[in-house]
Parts: sequence; structure tokens; C-alpha cells
Amino acid sequence: MQKRAAEQGTIVIELENVAYSYGGGELLSSVSLKLAPGSFHFLTGPSGAGKTTFLKLCYGALVPTAGQARLFGQDVREMTRDDIALVRRRIGVVHQDCQFLDHLSMAENVALPLTVSGHDPNSEQQNLTELLNWCGLTPRANALPPELSGGERQRAALARAVIMSPDVILADEPTGNVDWEMSQRLLQLLVELNRMGKTVMIATHDLGLIRAAKQHVQARVLRISNRRLQLAGADL
Amino acid sequence: MSLRDQIMALLSGDGSADRVVPPSGFTAHLTLFAAGVMTFLAVFALALSLATGRLADRWGDELARASTIRISAPPDQIQAQTEAALRVLDTTEGVSSARALTTDEQRSLLAPWFGANVPVEALPIPQLIEVIETSDGFDSAGLRLRLSAEAPGAVLDDHTRWRRPLVAAANRLRALGFLSILLIGGAMAAMITLAANAALAANAQVIEVLRLVGAEDRYIARAFVRRFTLRTATGALVGMLLGIVAILFLPSAQEEGGFLTGLGFQGGQWLWPILLPPVAALVAFLATRRAALRVLGDLT
Repeated sequence: MQKRAAEQGTIVIELENVAYSYGGGELLSSVSLKLAPGSFHFLTGPSGAGKTTFLKLCYGALVPTAGQARLFGQDVREMTRDDIALVRRRIGVVHQDCQFLDHLSMAENVALPLTVSGHDPNSEQQNLTELLNWCGLTPRANALPPELSGGERQRAALARAVIMSPDVILADEPTGNVDWEMSQRLLQLLVELNRMGKTVMIATHDLGLIRAAKQHVQARVLRISNRRLQLAGADL
Repeated sequence: MSLRDQIMALLSGDGSADRVVPPSGFTAHLTLFAAGVMTFLAVFALALSLATGRLADRWGDELARASTIRISAPPDQIQAQTEAALRVLDTTEGVSSARALTTDEQRSLLAPWFGANVPVEALPIPQLIEVIETSDGFDSAGLRLRLSAEAPGAVLDDHTRWRRPLVAAANRLRALGFLSILLIGGAMAAMITLAANAALAANAQVIEVLRLVGAEDRYIARAFVRRFTLRTATGALVGMLLGIVAILFLPSAQEEGGFLTGLGFQGGQWLWPILLPPVAALVAFLATRRAALRVLGDLT
């Protein structure tokens, strides 16, 4: 995976003077960022500042209204819908409101990226078992998503985001609905993934989480304020 | 992937794509029902077209080659004029055979109007001569002239006057039958498109999740297309079987060859309705695929 990112140049996600507007004033403007492989970023800022919008620009769900966004060297504007779909297999996303297919078991939901990309989930059964075990979800493998607790849903969403062994993991408020202990476990999972070489970006407004992470990993903190993206100081 | 590959992939089956869309009982039954009803109707439209087609061909064939000469003359001259007319016909180019109808035949022709025991001999009815043409036909104007010279009481009725509108009507009916089949196909495509759009709208969240985890449009579309195609094929199969059974139970044609009772299939024509389910499935495939790709194209 690392090698694949390296072949495309060192930058996995690159935003250049990007602006985004939902119509009626820009939400983000003049945003520039280069995510290098293996980096660990936090994205913070007040609610409604545009954290989710920023992440959506990073995985091609939104096309910038100005400026350029490049995913693995490809300009988002020139990508077809299927190009975007293929890029999503290399970018694992943990949604804020982790959505699942409610009629499939949790294990099948976690394996969904394999299913839709044409892999045979049976041949990856061992990986799936290990992953569920690693996330502490094994006992709940056959539960349907509505039966899961908030923490279990967050961990299942994370497991689904990483099952394809993506180069990048984007997580939007992954600890939003869980208690402190659970948020520490989730953070631990993300830190371990980063040590395996994955690029990680976590959007959160939980400063405690950021402080806790800084003890384990060299993380940079980006802050969205006044429609701009700034590198926050060390004094956080 | 070409259209053909997609159809093959669809037939060979991909259970996983099927599983990702939750089962939906109600619309499934409606699709089955609509496909069944439409195919049932199509069987009748097909039967109508083929039966009127047969009728048009037969009328066209038989009537084109048969004419009648009617000899009205005083009773003492009828025999002489009949013989004179037959002599003229014998030497007319384009006449394959000609014969005077016997008294019994004339009586059976009149029986429907006067009853079976008409004393035909006692009535001043004209003598009829049946003329069968060769495939080239004869010159009716020339024949009339010669007849008027030899047998002044002879009137040639070459049937074209009343044949043409009948054949035209039968042909028109056949065209209407085929048009009905096309309209039924169109209505079925419209219904399936509506059902597919409803299913796509109801599963907007499923589509969003699939898109999020990197499913290509083709994969998402296939989940819906396969489902609707199989449903339609099943419904159409049932509708076709019921339609065939209904046709089988129609009373068979009487000797008079009544147009209504002749509705049905003959010989190789029974193969036509068997084509309806595959055609219905193809219509469903194309309609759902178009609907799915259009809906997906509008999403981000």
C-alpha cells in the first residue's frame, strides 16, 4: 500500500487554494494542504466551521467550487464517478453518523468494501476475523447494526474503513458518541494503524483526545477558523 | 463491459450484489403482478394478430382466385346460356376451371335463408357458375364482353368489390394487434421504470453507504436490475402460461370459420407466446438499468 502511494508521488491528498460554497457565501476559502503518507493529523474547529465539508473534499464526495483537489495525483474535477469509487477503496472513511446496511449482520457490513470491490469475502475470512478481534467486536459479529451500542457502531465503522487496507483513513468525530474510555480505545486503534504506515486524519472538537494522542504519536493539528485552515500551535 | 457481458453477468448471477439491497415484499409483488397481467394481455394481442393474419391470407388467397357467374334468364333459356357461358370460359385464358353448381349445392347455399327443403327447381333462381382462376388471373372486362355476346343473362362477379375491404380490414386488425403488443411492452417498461425509481428512492441510504465503501455504479445498478429482471421474467412466465391456457379453452373454430372462434394459434405459431417472457425480461433489464444509472448519475 505504501509503495502504491509512493509511486504516485509522495502526496496522497493535495488541496490547492480550495474554496467551497454551498451557495450563499463561502464556507471554506483559500485552503491548501498536502497530506504526506504516514502523517497523522487532527482537524479541529467549532461546530459548523466546515470540518465535515473539508473531509468530504478530501475523499471526493464534494468537488471544490474553486481551486484544485488532487487525490493520489488525480484532479477530482477530471474524475468520473467510478474513478471516485475506486479512490474510496484506498481512502477509508469513518462517518460521523456511521451508516450501515441494517439488514446485513455487522460482520457482513465490515466486509462490505470487499464485497463491492469483487473480492471473495470467504477467502478473506481470516483477515475479517482478526480485524473484528482487534476491534473487540468478535462477540457481536452476527448482530444487526441497530442492535449495536454507540461504541460498537463506531468501532465497526472503523473496521469497515480499514478492511481494504487503505492508504488513508479519514475519521469524522469518531469519538462523538462514546465515553472517554471507549474514545481512548478507538484512538489507540488509529494510532496503531498510523504506525503501520497509514495516513490518518481525525476531525474532532475534543481537545482532550488530541492531548492524549500527542503522547503516543507525532500529530499535527489543523484548525478551521474564519473559513481558513491554519496549523495550530504547540500551545494547544 | 458491453451490454452483452452485463446480461451474461446478470444471468450467471451475483448473489452478493443481490444481498446488499434489502428485500422489499410489496413492490416485488406489484412488479410480478404487472408483468404477469401485461404478458397475459400480450398473449391475446398476439393471438388476435396471428388469427387475423391467417384470415387475411386465406381470404386474399381464396377470394382472389374464385369468381362467380350468375345467369339470370327465362327458365327455358337457362340451360342453353349456362352451356354457352361454360364454352366461353373453356376458351378464356386465365381460367383454370369452371363448373356449374349442382342443384344440391345451390340448395345448401340457400338453406340458411329458406330452410333445407326448398324446392329449388320451382323457383326462378339464377344458375351459378364457379370460376377458378389460374395464378395469372383473367381479363374480366374482356370476359364480360364475350359473355354478353354469347349468354346475355350472365353476370360476372369477380369478388374484388367486396373482397378488398375485407382483406384490408383483416390486415388492419393484424396491424392493430401488433401495435397493441408494442403498447403493452411500452406500458410494462413504464411501470417497471416507476417501480425501479420507487425502489431506488426507498434505498437511497443503501446506495449512499455502498458508494461510501467504493461500490461502482455498475455494481449498485446490477443489484436492482437483476432483481427487477428476474421478477418480471417470473411474472411474465406465469402470465404467458395462463394466457395459453385461456386460449386453449376457447371453443374451437366451427366449419363456418367464424372469425371470433378462430382466435388462437396454429402449429408453429404456438412458439410465439414462448418468446414473450424473455422479451419482457429484456424490457425490464433495459428499463431498470436506464432508471438506475440515471438516478445514480444525479447523486454525488
